[in-house]
Amino acid sequence: MGATPLLELQRISLSFKGVKAITDISFTVEQGEICALIGPNGAGKSSLLNVINGVYQPDQGLIGFNGQRYQKMQSHQAAVQGIARTFQNIALFKGMSVLDNVLTGRNLKVKSSWIEQAFHIGRALADEIKQRQKAEEIIDFLRINQWRNSIVGTLPYGLQKRVELARALASEPRLLLLDEPMAGMNREEKSEMSAFILDTQREFGTTVVLIEHDIGVVMGLSDHVVVLDYGKKVGDGTPDEVRKSPEVIAAYLGTTH
Amino acid sequence: MEFFLEVLTGGLLAGLMYSLVAIGFVLIYKASGVFNFAQGSMVLFSALTFVSLLERGVPFWVSFAVTLLTMIALAWAIERVVLRPLVNRPPITLFMATLGLSYIIEGVAQAMWGAQVHGLELGISDAPLEIGGMLLSQFDLFSAATAGILVLFLSLLFNKTRIGISLRAVADDQLAALAVGIKLQRIWMIVWAVAGFVGLVAGLLWGARLGVQFSLSLVVLKALPVLIIGGFTSIGGAIVGGLIIGASEKLAEVYLGPIIGGGIENWFPYVLALLFLLVRPAGIFGERAIERV
Repeated sequence: MGATPLLELQRISLSFKGVKAITDISFTVEQGEICALIGPNGAGKSSLLNVINGVYQPDQGLIGFNGQRYQKMQSHQAAVQGIARTFQNIALFKGMSVLDNVLTGRNLKVKSSWIEQAFHIGRALADEIKQRQKAEEIIDFLRINQWRNSIVGTLPYGLQKRVELARALASEPRLLLLDEPMAGMNREEKSEMSAFILDTQREFGTTVVLIEHDIGVVMGLSDHVVVLDYGKKVGDGTPDEVRKSPEVIAAYLGTTH
Repeated sequence: MEFFLEVLTGGLLAGLMYSLVAIGFVLIYKASGVFNFAQGSMVLFSALTFVSLLERGVPFWVSFAVTLLTMIALAWAIERVVLRPLVNRPPITLFMATLGLSYIIEGVAQAMWGAQVHGLELGISDAPLEIGGMLLSQFDLFSAATAGILVLFLSLLFNKTRIGISLRAVADDQLAALAVGIKLQRIWMIVWAVAGFVGLVAGLLWGARLGVQFSLSLVVLKALPVLIIGGFTSIGGAIVGGLIIGASEKLAEVYLGPIIGGGIENWFPYVLALLFLLVRPAGIFGERAIERV
């Protein structure tokens, strides 16, 4: 583990028209770890991911990423800094092929200008080859080769989830945010997706923050678990520590409410 | 036979004039999934600005450049004031915004340049030219060539560069496009500026033909059947749709006119579009909606 954490949230609060979604949440994510955000529906997990990659701007608090501090992050800035993500309700470009979707993930790596691309001069060709190679590598890695030219909208749900992961990985992120990557999957698909996430961490050293409801999967997959309830942090530690924490048990089993 | 060919060719050339207007719609539809109601006003506004500058003694190319810059500034302003606050809203909201926008642009045009009709002389003769035994309008040939160059330029821009794929990404899912680092604002600004440029070209040619007046914004009505036939998302489709509309309305006028009464040209395109809607709602080249059931 590196000396400085990759992601450091300091006292983040967020509200929508007076309704508090997140209250005073702080935690850190070390380089190269898999961190799971768990908690009941409406606990603020997705909102927190949206704060990290700049979809929402927090009312208070600081986001530390890679040694820099931000009062608010912009989506574009987050992407430039190396934060990639997938969405709870798959957000793919449904009318485009799998390969084109993955290529959009290379968007920020393109160096040639549009004039060079239009006339196929200068850096355009080398650039194009580089981006394709990388995209193909990722497609191989996630074993979606046979569907590379299929239109994404026609693929089954489980595969779409994988394509979305591929697009995120194509940008060679430092931090990967996964919003319920295994929602709606059967056990076999879940273990397959878990394996891909672990492989990603091992092979590319990517730090992962993921939201997941299946506690069994979370405990097996993550190095670090953060528990949210009603927009507040109620647990933070290794899977074993969190499992034993009374607050977490209360939040999950609903003994207090 | 020769007469048939002459009518057909004349119709095809005239159809490209419709395509020019239709392309402006396609661009914005591709980028935001929205039918830009203000496209007609942009055509009018650009033509009116150009002709008013010309009448004040500004040289042709300077007027052209100034008008182009005005359209780019307009695109910038639209992105800032209208589109940016409406990020992630449903397409119908954006559509309503373009509806309002069309009135604002027309209002501004009138306030700036007045409401009178202007003649526009581009220096292209409308005298017929004899080619291969057919009499063809020089003006139509010129506009056809212009449409060709424009399509070439646009296909280079949108098929060969990353702008094209970013454009489709933005149209498909704005949130996801932002997450992969596509600058939504920049893409919108580019698209509206290019649509403004296309509007300027269409405005000049149509203005030279009909005179620059407020009814010019109504040429968009003829672009509708073109879009329905060609498909809302394809520049090639706009060209093919224009050719079909142009050729069929002229042929219908000449051959069906004497049988069921004249004036067919005015309504025939809409009937054709209606038939297309029944058979192929996405148009010839449009992206068919993908839905998993």
